[in-house]
Amino acid sequence: MSQAMATMGRPHRKAGVLEDERWFASALLFPTAVLLGLFIAYPFVEGIWLSLTNSRVGVPGHFVGLANFDKVWNDSIFRTAVWNTCWYTFITTVLKLVLGLWLAQLLNRNFKGKAWVRAFVLLPFIIPTVLSTFAWKWMFDPTFSVLNWMLFQLGFITTRINWLGEPGLAFASIVIVNVWRGLPFYAISLLAGLQTISPELQEAAAIDGANGWQRFRHITWPLLLPVTMVVTLFSVIQTFADFQLVYVLTGGGPANATHLFATYAYQIGIGTGLLSEGAAISLAIFPVLFVVVLTQLLYIRRVETR
Amino acid sequence: MVEGSRWRRWVSFYIPLTAFMVVLLFPFYWMIITSVRPDKELYRPWNAKNYNPFWTWNPTLEHIRMLLEETMFMTWLWNTMLIALASTIISLICGVFAGYALSRLRFRFAGMLGTGIFITYLVPQTLLFIPLADIIRDFHIGDTPWSLILTYPTFLIPFSTWLMMGYFKAIPKELEECARIDGATRWQAMIWIILPVAIPGILSAGIFAFTLSWNEFIYALVFLSSSEQKTVPVGIVSELVRGDVFFWGSLMAGALLGSIPVAVVYSFFVEHYVAGVTGSVKG
Repeated sequence: MSQAMATMGRPHRKAGVLEDERWFASALLFPTAVLLGLFIAYPFVEGIWLSLTNSRVGVPGHFVGLANFDKVWNDSIFRTAVWNTCWYTFITTVLKLVLGLWLAQLLNRNFKGKAWVRAFVLLPFIIPTVLSTFAWKWMFDPTFSVLNWMLFQLGFITTRINWLGEPGLAFASIVIVNVWRGLPFYAISLLAGLQTISPELQEAAAIDGANGWQRFRHITWPLLLPVTMVVTLFSVIQTFADFQLVYVLTGGGPANATHLFATYAYQIGIGTGLLSEGAAISLAIFPVLFVVVLTQLLYIRRVETR
Repeated sequence: MVEGSRWRRWVSFYIPLTAFMVVLLFPFYWMIITSVRPDKELYRPWNAKNYNPFWTWNPTLEHIRMLLEETMFMTWLWNTMLIALASTIISLICGVFAGYALSRLRFRFAGMLGTGIFITYLVPQTLLFIPLADIIRDFHIGDTPWSLILTYPTFLIPFSTWLMMGYFKAIPKELEECARIDGATRWQAMIWIILPVAIPGILSAGIFAFTLSWNEFIYALVFLSSSEQKTVPVGIVSELVRGDVFFWGSLMAGALLGSIPVAVVYSFFVEHYVAGVTGSVKG
């Protein structure tokens, strides 16, 4: 700091080009613009181009128009993937929101060890997804499943549940793991939202005779709505574009029944080397992304101009 | 305060909270116990008699030994650390600069650029990995740490910029005006006056960025191919699963050891991390 004072103490200000506000701003934004341009904007354009050609790995293709999209659209596995992705996003989002709200309410009370509990709650969110998903895969193992053991001991089942081996159960399994991983993010974000709500409001309502549900419905929920909106939109994008969880847990199986956009794009584009078709499949994420981003931008604008 | 009669407190508070905690943490306990349990106990059917899955009286370090001696786990760990640190530092520098420019300088297109960066914030990696794999090959950085060090900032910069904008906006304008009247250049005013005030924000962004790059999977899976270049998640997926054979003991040991660095960083900076999570959604 003393060095800072010394340099600043100089009487004459250097009138460099960086003293101009616009030039200074451009210089500061330059590295960001280069990186985002090279590795987001350029691949995006390249992706659209790829999807309109018939390239394979190592074979530069030529323009084929919308043939890839046409082919993909008539592909029954792709249709399953569309359906799966939408359902997966919808179910997990509802579950994470409801359970997250509940957990946030619980964490918002005062109790001993609160800081510890809160720190541990976030663990599923910070531990690398691939690694924790392996723990789940092991728990879902057809022969050695500890979940089956517990359910058996508790008397719920008499024969084994083949968690990842049947389409319906495999889908349920990926939903369970996604909710497990995403729940802490909802809970902690919503908790932060809850903490900004003054407890006096609740007390006043309680004195006026509002019961727990009415207080939640008419005070907590409306005040929490802005945070809820943003958290949900973020999570919808992440879930819609999910890859690692399904890749590790089922690999899209059994018999391609649990593919999402991203895992199917990977299987076609990288697995079998049909780059163009893979690019077309992953671009199918874009329309949804676009709608969500638009909603978010409009929402932010509305909040800001209010 | 937790209020109400005793049984109501149990039903509405202690039981649900305990249930949440048990479900959220059980997979980690399972990871730990599996990684020290001998194979003959691991591979017993779930309906075998006298089977006690939650504890072992014969802990073994065999799985960890296999992980460290027969795979390149330490190399993967080192790669992951290097890539996470380098991409975090690049993203912090870019994010702090961009956040400063967008929140404290007046210039044309500032609003548009801010929106542009916000949109890239929402672009998932899975949208771009196929064309990006092509580009990485064209740049001749495939199968090197650079392929990840340069691409991870694409999802870290937007987030750090967004977080830093929030912090910078809260600092009064007079602070750097005073410095500039005293003769400091714009650069000096930014580095020596504003940045020190924003250190909590930088720390939050840094920790969040570090955990995100440690967690990244699809780019690493697609861009890296040789064993000695892999990161922990990719190494474990591709080398501890051979065909249909899962080396569960070593897999869980790898998952455990691979999680420790993030867990340690996280445990030291829980508050900053939480500020990062909540700041990232508040903007």
